[in-house]
Amino acid sequence: MNKPEVKKDKSMILQKEMIAKQFQDLATAKEKGKKIVYTFVPGNLSELIHAFDMIPVYPEINALQSGMRKKSGSFIKDAEKIGYSEDICTYVKCDIGMMLNGNIGPYGEKIPPPDLLLLSYTGCFTFMKWFENLERLYPGVPVVMIHTPYQEAGKITPEMVEYMVKQLRDDVIPAMEKVSGVKYNEDKLKQILSYARETQELIHQIFETPKNIPSPIDAYFAGVYYIGPINTGFRGTPEAVEYYKLLLEEINERIKLGLGPVTPEGEMSEEKFRLVVEGPPNWTSFREFWKLFYDMGAVIVASSYTKVGGLYDLGFRHNPEKPLESLAEYCMNCYTNFNLPQRIEILKKYITDFKADGFLIHSIKSCNSFSAGQLGMMRKIEHDLGIPVGFIESDLVDPRYFSYSNIKNRLESFFQMLSQRKMLVNQ
Amino acid sequence: MEKLNQIIQTCAAIAYDINYTYSKNWKSKSKDRVLVGHFPIYFPREIVWACNGLAIGILGGNDYKEVVKGDAYYQSYICHIPRSIIDLALDGHFNGIDGFVFSSICDVMRNLSGVFQIHNIGKFSKYLDYPQNFKKEIGGEFLKRELEDIIQKITAINGIRPDIKSLNNAIKLYNYNRSLLFEIYDIRQKYPWRLEAHELYTIIRAGLYMPVDEHNKILENVIEEIQKDRNQPVDKVRVIVWGAFCEQLPINLIKSIELAGCFVVDDDFLLGSRWILGKIEDNTDDPLGAIVEAYLQKSIFSTSVYDVNNPKEKRLVELAKKRNADGVIFVAPSFCDPALLDIPLCQKECEKNNIRFVFFQYSENTGQFKPIKEQIGAFADSIKLWEGVS
Repeated sequence: MNKPEVKKDKSMILQKEMIAKQFQDLATAKEKGKKIVYTFVPGNLSELIHAFDMIPVYPEINALQSGMRKKSGSFIKDAEKIGYSEDICTYVKCDIGMMLNGNIGPYGEKIPPPDLLLLSYTGCFTFMKWFENLERLYPGVPVVMIHTPYQEAGKITPEMVEYMVKQLRDDVIPAMEKVSGVKYNEDKLKQILSYARETQELIHQIFETPKNIPSPIDAYFAGVYYIGPINTGFRGTPEAVEYYKLLLEEINERIKLGLGPVTPEGEMSEEKFRLVVEGPPNWTSFREFWKLFYDMGAVIVASSYTKVGGLYDLGFRHNPEKPLESLAEYCMNCYTNFNLPQRIEILKKYITDFKADGFLIHSIKSCNSFSAGQLGMMRKIEHDLGIPVGFIESDLVDPRYFSYSNIKNRLESFFQMLSQRKMLVNQ
Repeated sequence: MEKLNQIIQTCAAIAYDINYTYSKNWKSKSKDRVLVGHFPIYFPREIVWACNGLAIGILGGNDYKEVVKGDAYYQSYICHIPRSIIDLALDGHFNGIDGFVFSSICDVMRNLSGVFQIHNIGKFSKYLDYPQNFKKEIGGEFLKRELEDIIQKITAINGIRPDIKSLNNAIKLYNYNRSLLFEIYDIRQKYPWRLEAHELYTIIRAGLYMPVDEHNKILENVIEEIQKDRNQPVDKVRVIVWGAFCEQLPINLIKSIELAGCFVVDDDFLLGSRWILGKIEDNTDDPLGAIVEAYLQKSIFSTSVYDVNNPKEKRLVELAKKRNADGVIFVAPSFCDPALLDIPLCQKECEKNNIRFVFFQYSENTGQFKPIKEQIGAFADSIKLWEGVS
């Protein structure tokens, strides 16, 4: 018997249209004379790119999209054939493999080559190595680097901001002017930043809604869709503001009706477990992975991964009155640019504020930025809060590292532990 | 016993002591002395020396520290060095070391600084975020502040604030140290058999645990000794070993490369000791500025430095030509993104320049040398038998 078709919310349809248009725009960019900027998601300078009428491309988004469409496995193998080790980040290999295969994007259109490689390396050292490799693959394409200082002392100092602003003024903006042929227009940037600010406020409100019981959304599996537009080129556009307004309205309606999250198989009926998750999801088996949770009645009420593009819950908003300073602070405000003690405090706050029953780490082979130190973080959180913790492992886009049975076994044990604990607490 | 053997034995006792006894003894001689542990690759040790401190290299536990606790901190797909470092820390080997500086070379090292913070290991843990902007007024200013921050942290421990004179003096001593090291490499260029690579490694490594002036004397003696004939100029190929800038090769693995028929004429083992190519200005009113300027303008090529305007693979080929090398042995620690992402670029350039290469992965506690030795032996034979030795 066929399963009944799941009704899609308006916001889902809108987002799909936005993303499809984005890839169409990319495919026709060259003929329209638009310049293409390759850059990364964490700490991206989308607003600045838009201020020069250029179009951003995010290699890690292409990789995750390839993962979701089951294309990443062969791309990775092709990169390994030309010497890239099995041990390294699979996003990089997937991207290189995609390029070796004609740079055909997830929607079947060719991704145009870059006119500028903008390396805003925030929270991930491998980004730098990735771009060194891309620079060799696109010889002659100008590269501009903006170094984002790590919050090693647990704070952003005025000197750190000043360092970044100088890089923006002296290196990034002149490079963008040269490539785009457009003069830097601060008023235009301010307007874009005001849209960004509005978007940030809306997504902050969205990620606060899981404080309701039941949670109206899954802040991890659905959350990765929610962060799509804000992280990938729509931040700073009126379209993004419209999308997030619509999404928030829909979620508020669910709260009013006392409904739980929407899953790929429809509405979740009963919320049994509320979890906080640390680490990115697996993309190659995304649906199967999610199903392991909603089948057990587990809802993710907060996650660190959805904060890789910015921790708006800690108060950051772009400030149009101080555009460059604001861009600098944004770059430094991404989750993986926070030091480990800060990350622990953020996760502890989520566990407490969102009334979580358990804390789970999904550790990723490919991502040292997230993964290195996670076991120590887990111990500390368990020690400080006395909350049940779980640990599962897979990869971003290498299907060889997603072991369904292992993950299922571990999750089942974890959920059993949570059940026992709930029973004891209720007694 | 010949003098050089004695020197090597003395250095070995210091270099491979994971209790850092020699450094701790030095510290115990005066109450205001401090020890600052620094992690690979580069750290300007001059600033610690000028604060009446000793910067000591933390290089992991290699194959002489059994990892028990570290595996509970690091997943199997993370390189080996942080787990042995955590084991050393939790087992008290770092007791007496006042602070730790982690250089920005990769995400694992960055996050290790956070693990140290969580466990309150040492009086301070500082992640030294080297700028990737090489303009004096931008990246230079940033690095200067980073170094001033470290000085402040040391001063907070021993109350000693270095003046211009003490900084200039420290720069002078380390300039001399580097010049002696380069001289040894140049002598080995002509006579690599006189001082084998594993012996040189031991001598350089010992320098990470003793006062620089003592190490300078050792190096002077080594130079004196290798002016004379020692060992036989046997029929081996000349190779550069590249990729081991952080997690160290087990010493027996270096020996295995040599036993497999190679003279290692250059390498990136303990690269931090030779990081600055040339002299740092040592008679200046702004010594910290001079250290920064040298970092921006005179750094050796390395995986941790953004290199778009001066590609590392081209510099590696230049080095191979300068050293008259017959080939390059690429080595990389398992799960090391920076090394493993560099190697395809470097291999491609070697191919373009008709330089033979071979590649293997290792970890600091690798115990099976035979397969690697056979692989390297076949590589050396292929050069010797089919291409002739230069």
